[in-house]
Amino acid sequence: MFRRLSPAEAGGTPVTFRFEGREIAARAGESVAAALLAAGEAVFRASPVSAAPRGPFCMMGACFDCLVEIDGLPGCQACMTIVRPGMEVRRDRIAGAPA
Amino acid sequence: MNARLEAPVFDLAIVGAGPAGMAAAVEAAARGLAAVVLDEQPAPGGQIWRNIEASGGRASLGGSYAKGAAHAAAFRAAVADYRPGTLVWHVETADHEPARLWLMQGERVGQLRARRVLIAPGATERPVPVPGWTLPGAMTVGALQTLLKGAEVVPSAPVVLAGNGPLLYLTAVQLAACGARIAAVLWTAPPGAWRGAVPHLPGFLASGTWRAGLGLMRDFRALGIRVVRDVAAIEITGDGRAEAVRYRTAGGASGEIATGLVALHEGVIPATNLARAIGCEHLWDEAQAAFRPRLGPWGQTSVEGVLIAGDGGGIAGADAAPLAGRLAVLGAAHALGRLTLPERDGLAAPLRRDLDRILRGRAFIDRLYPPRLARAALPDAVVVCRCEEVTAGAVRGAVASGAQGPNQIKAFLRCGMGPCQGRFCDPTVTRLIAEARGVPEAEVGQFRLRPPVKPVPLTAFAAAGEEVA
Repeated sequence: MFRRLSPAEAGGTPVTFRFEGREIAARAGESVAAALLAAGEAVFRASPVSAAPRGPFCMMGACFDCLVEIDGLPGCQACMTIVRPGMEVRRDRIAGAPA
Repeated sequence: MNARLEAPVFDLAIVGAGPAGMAAAVEAAARGLAAVVLDEQPAPGGQIWRNIEASGGRASLGGSYAKGAAHAAAFRAAVADYRPGTLVWHVETADHEPARLWLMQGERVGQLRARRVLIAPGATERPVPVPGWTLPGAMTVGALQTLLKGAEVVPSAPVVLAGNGPLLYLTAVQLAACGARIAAVLWTAPPGAWRGAVPHLPGFLASGTWRAGLGLMRDFRALGIRVVRDVAAIEITGDGRAEAVRYRTAGGASGEIATGLVALHEGVIPATNLARAIGCEHLWDEAQAAFRPRLGPWGQTSVEGVLIAGDGGGIAGADAAPLAGRLAVLGAAHALGRLTLPERDGLAAPLRRDLDRILRGRAFIDRLYPPRLARAALPDAVVVCRCEEVTAGAVRGAVASGAQGPNQIKAFLRCGMGPCQGRFCDPTVTRLIAEARGVPEAEVGQFRLRPPVKPVPLTAFAAAGEEVA
């Protein structure tokens, strides 16, 4: 769905973190959502009502559709969180929704 | 409790570091006000000049973007206390006392006090609810622009843009300049819209914005992108993610385009959540088909000590916002006894002249690019509230059962009670109620909002410990 104009390494040493156990190389200073989209991820969470797949929609912190779990804290806005080395990111699973 | 009393007091707290907030900070420094700038983003620029410092104002993003570099530099040079990555989630006001701002920075809550609060929240994209708009791969045009500006990430396969307005043209030109392909633009402005715009042409010409506008349209046409005109309805389809978009024109022509990425855009509307949670009065702006705060000549809201500048006060664009920000600061400086009335008015006169000139161009743009999909008849099955997955049919059913206003719809259906706090359903809910009751949207009003304006995890309070106990 998305690609980088230049590789993540082009902006200096990439920041690496994990999404659902998969290693993701990101550019320092970018958002978790941008890094995941650039890495080919489209589905960030299951909606709490119908468990429908959801992904980033507005990319500016307004829609809350890009929610992920970061280092154990659920409900984090991936588009508003800057990548940090070693962060463990998972799809947001609201209690009761199917994994 | 002591920390609560001892929270530092500023003359002015500026919420937002976009075009209005940055200029306000520069003006505040020039007037000797003790100001603090609080912004949710990691760097100054707001949405329009996002990442302006790191990108160096990339030429491929065009002149309107490059302009932001000078504003950001002036802001950095002037600002004494700038706190990026800081969410203001509540503002407590009381007559004759400094307002108390509740913050979240990183994973901690905090607070400060200020004699005047200037909110410069900017705009959000107008929600365009269509079938399939919740599928992954359905996004906003602004989201594509944010990915480009913030991370140099662009669509890897041909994208379809649907809607209308200057931002759609601009983003198409920016994406193409970076080598991204655009499968088609589904243009929703009715062909007759220009007739309503023509009476406002003199103001548009006088405003000077026509030069940039014409240049943008020329650049867009030069791309030779396929444009389907007079599109009256679209539907995004796919199994678990966007796979295609179907469209129908007002003339009855229809078609389907295979694509994994569909971006919607029908203009922007003021971001009003914080102002509404504070209790600022809002009114319906028919020309912009949106609610906006009622403001005085110095950006004063209906709440004592709370000011608003920039697109959050009504859409006027990034040339107008810095002027409005500076005017609000001049008003505040006078109210705080730092400027005499003649000093204030003398400093304000040239700013107001420029602002009035720019504002004269707005009516033309508003009428040339009216929202269409966002105002069209909504099928019952369309999701209105993305968070709680409430459909248009459910809202209509609740109105039929006696819910006469947005707050009752909230109570009946949880509509607007999800994490986005109504940001993406509010305009649609108001419209559906207005249609069902046969009354104007002005009469229906909006959701009543309560703090926090964004979810604050309890761990943030725990992290602050006794500081806020």
